[in-house]
Amino acid sequence: MASLVSHPDEVKVVTRRFGLGATNIDRYLELDGYKAVQKALGMDADAIINEVKNSGLRGRGGAGFSTGMKWSFVPKQSAKPKYVLCNGDESEPGTCKDRLIFEHDPHAVIEGVMIGGLAVGARSGYIYIRGEYRYLSIIMQKAIRDAYAKGFLGKNIFGSGRDFDIYWHGGAGAYEVGEESALMESLEGKRGIPRIRPPFPAVVGLWGGPTVINNAETLASVPHIMLGGAEWYAKIGPPKNGGTRLFCLSGNVAKPGVYELPMGYSLKKMIYEVGGGIPNGRSLKAVVPGGSSTPCLTADEIDINMDFDSVAKAGSMLGSGGVVVLDDQQCIVKFALRTMKFYQHESCGWCIPCREGTDWLKKTLIRFHSGGGVKKDIDNMQYLSENMLGRTFCPLGDAAAMPTIAFVKKFRKEFEDHLDGRPCPYEKAGVAEEMEALSH
Amino acid sequence: MKFSEEFEARFAEMVPHYPTKRSALVPTLLYAQDEVGFLSDEVIAELAGRLDLTELEVRNVISYYSMLTTKPRGKFNLQVCTNISCLVRGGEEILQHCAKKLGVGHKGTTPDGLFTLEEVECIGACSWAPAAQVNYDFHENLTTEKMDRVLDKCLAQAQEQLQRIKSVDSLADTLSQRSEG
Ligand SMILES: Cc1cc2nc3c(=O)[nH]c(=O)nc-3n(C[C@H](O)[C@H](O)[C@H](O)COP(=O)(O)O)c2cc1C
Ligand code: SF4
Ligand code: FES
Repeated sequence: MASLVSHPDEVKVVTRRFGLGATNIDRYLELDGYKAVQKALGMDADAIINEVKNSGLRGRGGAGFSTGMKWSFVPKQSAKPKYVLCNGDESEPGTCKDRLIFEHDPHAVIEGVMIGGLAVGARSGYIYIRGEYRYLSIIMQKAIRDAYAKGFLGKNIFGSGRDFDIYWHGGAGAYEVGEESALMESLEGKRGIPRIRPPFPAVVGLWGGPTVINNAETLASVPHIMLGGAEWYAKIGPPKNGGTRLFCLSGNVAKPGVYELPMGYSLKKMIYEVGGGIPNGRSLKAVVPGGSSTPCLTADEIDINMDFDSVAKAGSMLGSGGVVVLDDQQCIVKFALRTMKFYQHESCGWCIPCREGTDWLKKTLIRFHSGGGVKKDIDNMQYLSENMLGRTFCPLGDAAAMPTIAFVKKFRKEFEDHLDGRPCPYEKAGVAEEMEALSH
Repeated sequence: MKFSEEFEARFAEMVPHYPTKRSALVPTLLYAQDEVGFLSDEVIAELAGRLDLTELEVRNVISYYSMLTTKPRGKFNLQVCTNISCLVRGGEEILQHCAKKLGVGHKGTTPDGLFTLEEVECIGACSWAPAAQVNYDFHENLTTEKMDRVLDKCLAQAQEQLQRIKSVDSLADTLSQRSEG
């Protein structure tokens, strides 16, 4: 349903089957489907893990942790069943890529879960899809049924003597449930309150069993690595940042869309060439490079390569692949406010710095944006955000604080322009009040 | 209480997928809500019973998830995203336009029970912003005109259904008059 785009610089790995009808299992088989898992069945677990390690594949959910490494943490022996859990909660603002994978290539996710299962010695996996994605749940449920019907799932898969089951699971609206430990709580039928770590999910996860949790894009990349080889995949990107990435280009660009580009692609080129630049004769003000949780970059800071390490070096994060572009008519205070409203709404309320901090920041930003700010607020917002960092049970507190610190530090002048009762320079009179009356 | 056969088949299939019964709770609540319209006391009691939970435990879970509701909503749940990617492409104007047109605010339902309006967080349509969902259907690259057409379609669909109900009613009337006469 969502429209596809393409650009000559794209390297189609995960998106290779998009638009080719691969939701149909026979078509998927024609397009090299289920070959990777059969190859994996002939390998021993350590060899699979090594292949994934050597490919340089890092988690596409946000943190960018080495997938092979994560798999190697799962104990070989376990009294309790082990599980693979695919994270398809996709709720980080600016991110809309897992949706396309489920829509166009659901069997690749299934295959990725199976290969993950073979690597860690699990016999079952769950594919968790956010509740809003009902049409994708229907596609995925059918894909799973078709795989069972062919004997690819269930008992004695591909005549290997091994069993593997995959089940669909659905959410019902909650960003926090995308956090790995909250995801497990949700799957167990509870509120999405995170768990204290350690123990880590790889050791104590779903129903107490060792659990590997990976993002849908991460898992959909795995079959391609098994078939193309670690070396091929690693070489697509710079060292330690293997492969491609689905970049969700959104905001004020001429050609928004989800583009699969090699890891390490230039952000500047992504905006001006792939995305066609900033429309309406406007200029670039800022970019949020990896979803709403990542600190923004100014127009002067976009000469960087989009891989985990380069973006980290530039003081931000590659995150979830959501690249949100802001033109010169966007108000940073307003943008910061909308970002904070989101985190305040989604905070599970367990930790005081997150629950109270996001609420206080939201209220301050609302007052500030509508002209009721005082100079001291600017430093206070920064101070408060800095003191949330690292003081919460899950990273949502940091995710709220980090972008706020960057907005205040990098766009202080814009905050100052709202002082002394001055109306927002970017908004028509009365619109802010109208929105506040309407908003949640 | 009675659910549809489809619900029952799904429920029966899903519960054995998990080592604990309650694991089926969240998706089951959403499917139940889709049938009944909201999570009524009756639905909560029924599902609590089936999954060996107390009603309080079920209510606790319901209150956590933004899609779940214990209050009736309009036939068309209009969810407009105003999060960052939509914000910079006019998501707020879409929300304001809908609010004016429907005469309701956030989480408000029109008196005819047709529409509920909701400002929502990112729905995963950022590259096709601004976006909204009507129940589960995505509407993307919205303009106020495009939004109007979406709402008109909903109205037409509702009227068509009403017409069908009316004609069934009048048929029933005719039949009962005949059997009386
Ligand atoms: C608040 C919060 C929300 C998250 N949401 C998602 C999500 O929607 N999808 C996802 O894959 N990872 C999400 N993550 C990251 C997961 O916790 C986890 O790191 C990830 O699923 C691991 O998979 P990966 O190693 O393949 O990236 C979220 C993390 C936090 C703190
Ligand atoms: S940081 Fe926020 S969302 Fe995470 S556990 Fe604490 S209160 Fe909950
Ligand atoms: S921000 Fe509106 S759909 Fe993602």
